[in-house]
Amino acid sequence: MAINVQGLTAHACRDLLASREVSSTELTQAYLDRIDEVDGRIQAYLLVDREGALEAAAAVDAKAPDQRKPWEGVPIALKDVLCTKGLETTCASRILKGYVPPYDATVVAKLRQAGLVFLGKLNMDEFAMGSSTENSAYQVTRNPWDCDRVPGGSSGGSAACVAASEAPWALGTDTGGSIRQPASFCGVTGLKPTYGAVSRYGLIAFASSLDQIGPLTRNTKDAAALLDLIAGRDPLDSTSTGLNEPAGIPTRGDLEGLRFGVVSELTGEACDPGVREVFQSAVDAIESVGGVCEPVSLPSVERGVAAYYLIAPSEASSNLARFDGVRYGHRSKHAEDLYEMYIHTRSEGFGAEVKRRIMIGTYALSAGYYDAYYAQAQRTRTLIIKDFEEVFRRFDYVISPTAPSVAFKIGEKVSDPLAMYLNDLCTIPVSLAALPGISIPAGFSAGMPVGLQIVGPHFSEHGILNAAHAVEQRLALDLVPPLEEVCG
Amino acid sequence: MNADKNTSAKLFEGWEAVIGLEIHVQLNTRTKMFCSCDVTFGEPPNTKVCPICLGHPGVLPVTNEKAVEYATKIALALNCSVAERTIFHRKNYFYPDLPKAYQISQYDLPLGLAGHLDVELDDGSEFRVGITRVHIEEDAGKLVHAGASGRINGADYSLADFNRGGTPLVEIVTEPDIRTPDQARAFLTQLRSLVQCLDVSDVNMEEGSLRCDANVSLRQPGEPLGTKTELKNMNSFRFLQRGLEAEIERQIDCLERGEKVIQSTVHFDPDSGTVSCLRSKEEAHDYRYFPEPDLAPIELDLSYVERVRASLPELPAARKERLVADYGLSAKDAVTLAGNKGLSDYFETLASATGDARISANWVLGELSGYLNAAGLDVSQSVVEAPGLAELIGLVTDGTLSGKMAKEVFEAMVTSGKDAKSIVADKGLGQISDLGELDSIVLQVIEANPGPAEQFRQGNQKVVGFFVGQVMKETKGQANPQMVNDLLKKHLA
Repeated sequence: MAINVQGLTAHACRDLLASREVSSTELTQAYLDRIDEVDGRIQAYLLVDREGALEAAAAVDAKAPDQRKPWEGVPIALKDVLCTKGLETTCASRILKGYVPPYDATVVAKLRQAGLVFLGKLNMDEFAMGSSTENSAYQVTRNPWDCDRVPGGSSGGSAACVAASEAPWALGTDTGGSIRQPASFCGVTGLKPTYGAVSRYGLIAFASSLDQIGPLTRNTKDAAALLDLIAGRDPLDSTSTGLNEPAGIPTRGDLEGLRFGVVSELTGEACDPGVREVFQSAVDAIESVGGVCEPVSLPSVERGVAAYYLIAPSEASSNLARFDGVRYGHRSKHAEDLYEMYIHTRSEGFGAEVKRRIMIGTYALSAGYYDAYYAQAQRTRTLIIKDFEEVFRRFDYVISPTAPSVAFKIGEKVSDPLAMYLNDLCTIPVSLAALPGISIPAGFSAGMPVGLQIVGPHFSEHGILNAAHAVEQRLALDLVPPLEEVCG
Repeated sequence: MNADKNTSAKLFEGWEAVIGLEIHVQLNTRTKMFCSCDVTFGEPPNTKVCPICLGHPGVLPVTNEKAVEYATKIALALNCSVAERTIFHRKNYFYPDLPKAYQISQYDLPLGLAGHLDVELDDGSEFRVGITRVHIEEDAGKLVHAGASGRINGADYSLADFNRGGTPLVEIVTEPDIRTPDQARAFLTQLRSLVQCLDVSDVNMEEGSLRCDANVSLRQPGEPLGTKTELKNMNSFRFLQRGLEAEIERQIDCLERGEKVIQSTVHFDPDSGTVSCLRSKEEAHDYRYFPEPDLAPIELDLSYVERVRASLPELPAARKERLVADYGLSAKDAVTLAGNKGLSDYFETLASATGDARISANWVLGELSGYLNAAGLDVSQSVVEAPGLAELIGLVTDGTLSGKMAKEVFEAMVTSGKDAKSIVADKGLGQISDLGELDSIVLQVIEANPGPAEQFRQGNQKVVGFFVGQVMKETKGQANPQMVNDLLKKHLA
């Protein structure tokens, strides 16, 4: 049967397969057709693995269904920061062009084991550094709600791909907002789990103490299901812990008895008026189903961006040092000796933003500057953690807009790094405090989606997803972008 | 030894050397520090590697708990205090043998702090070397530079072998408490014995499982410390001593010419026995240490430390005391034995089997050690094991063999692998101690040599020797000498 994948959730895909109305091959082919149809305009995919996807789908179709693997045969797409054995993984960087990992990331292995079908690898800001996906060395991904606008970043490919129904769901990664901000920009659901909930093994590191893998989906149910597929302690990642309880299937319809702190510092002048308006409507929606919203001050969050842009680049300067041309990836042809090889390989291989952050991080860790920058940033991080702890004594969740603006125009902020960095104002403090945060669509401002961020205490994913589900049900937004009109 | 005397002479001319050592011990865990690759030596290049120790994108380290335990053993054996909470740091620098471009090491919170080792010199005097710190880190890979020099300068190209990359290392840093190359060598020898006794490393300098760098400076006694240099590439105990001697001489020459010692890294060339400056420390790397975010802190609570302490074997210093007290050995013999766990185990087994510590020690330190050294073997590889040697010693005690014959039998045991009794039987070596048989031989010899016999009767005692020789000739040397002597005196008189 002909399948219209537009707006199809992963749960709907699963139901179609379970009903035996369609095979995994048909479903996979339908998504590949959709990619053929729209990705020329959206440019979400860096690599479409047609052969591998159809092969995996055929393998599922050839065997009896496995009750323990309910997601068998459902397609998914992966941010190109996740290592896939035998499939090129570039981090959208020239320096990893042609790099084929000899191993699967733990999350990839888990999804493979669960029988999911990988459609391909998604565009991103190079090494996940950016908020617009414009820092990709390969292509500029478009926002499916307005092709002149960015999809956000760094998981812009993942968010755009799900919004444009080029995959039912996708994995992204979030270091300072890289799942939540593009989810907000593209009108999809994005969850950054508690640090440690999901193994980072095989996630090409940007900032090790902040990076987390999470789902980008069409709704909270899919987000919960994908989180449960990937979460868990991993012996290969010493910093992984898994979840205390599975996310389960969110069913909650009301918010009776729940208290929401509205973060003053992230809801006032910091945000565009259009965003504030939509956010207020989300607050109203929460209250209309029984939730209590009260302003709360988190004074330290205003220092979050500054602390983040020292800690993350410091770790990145070390994490990215391994790209030296010795063992894999790009190696400069214009080098006479070892040091020229290092310098030219890295000069040719890295883009401007990556170089900027390597330089910031190298500087911040240098002898004589360490205490003033890196150590000071860590102290700020501790303050932020304490502020949140304090707030969670009085509130079940804190909320804010996910981003201070809607998706901006392509090219608008590329020459102003600071303006670009401020895009992550609302999401960064959550990352620094290692907390789980979700962005769900809250409405539209001038036709562009606006996200609501709900943040809870460590390992409160189950609760966050249920609260988000209640808001999602109440708002009941139409989230299929009119692609033909906006990206004709 | 000449070089040593020269240095000593110069030292007595008013200079004092101040030496601190940095020792790297490769742990003999089954797997590497942060991945599950085997720790090996001499395998074909890049066959003991995985994405983790090759520093592929996305990989993460996982701490080898056995390595932490081994490092804790070393720290405790060196009388260090063991940190309750210790963390790893990243030491950042680019080099092709370092896949991640950072080494996971320890910085301001090392595993062990503030210990010491008491070292005994050959003359029986003792001195104490403070241990600044003991920490864990990972080893780098190995580069093979293709070209005439074998060094990176002037090489046509270099090959990288990552088999060694990620091997667990323990770094031991001493206080600058060492004053002479002799002391440095004695310290390192006894440190090696200690680690060997813990059975946590092969501690083989030639294979690189024990490496030693030295910080050297000179001063007039009582003056503040002079500028130090870091001396590298001394891959044997002899080279450590010779390297230090050469560097001390170089610095003295430099100072006596009125020049300053420049802080630098100095390379010892074992072929020429000379030292050369590599690079000035002013251009030294800024390693940009920061806490390794991929690894959780290691918590070593008191009960863990006490469990490890309880698992420590008897350490050389304690063993030496016991060997003196229980077996009546000389301090010198006791130090030698206690310094080699295998050898002293061998000795104790032997002594209890023979019931004679003195004779057992003589055999172990004499014939056995001679054979092992000549063959380049460890005592565990000895063809002759303690019970076999005890049997041989028993044959001397019961008079079957003379001391001289026993040494021959020992040699035969080593070459043939047979036991003492079968060798004695095969070669008909048993000493003739049968009174009747010897008596008739002695009478025969006296009868055949009336001249000398007459001389004896006239008071020339020396001819006894002649008769002994004749008896030995008759018996192919197997006559019991004491009995022959007694019989001769009886029958000649």
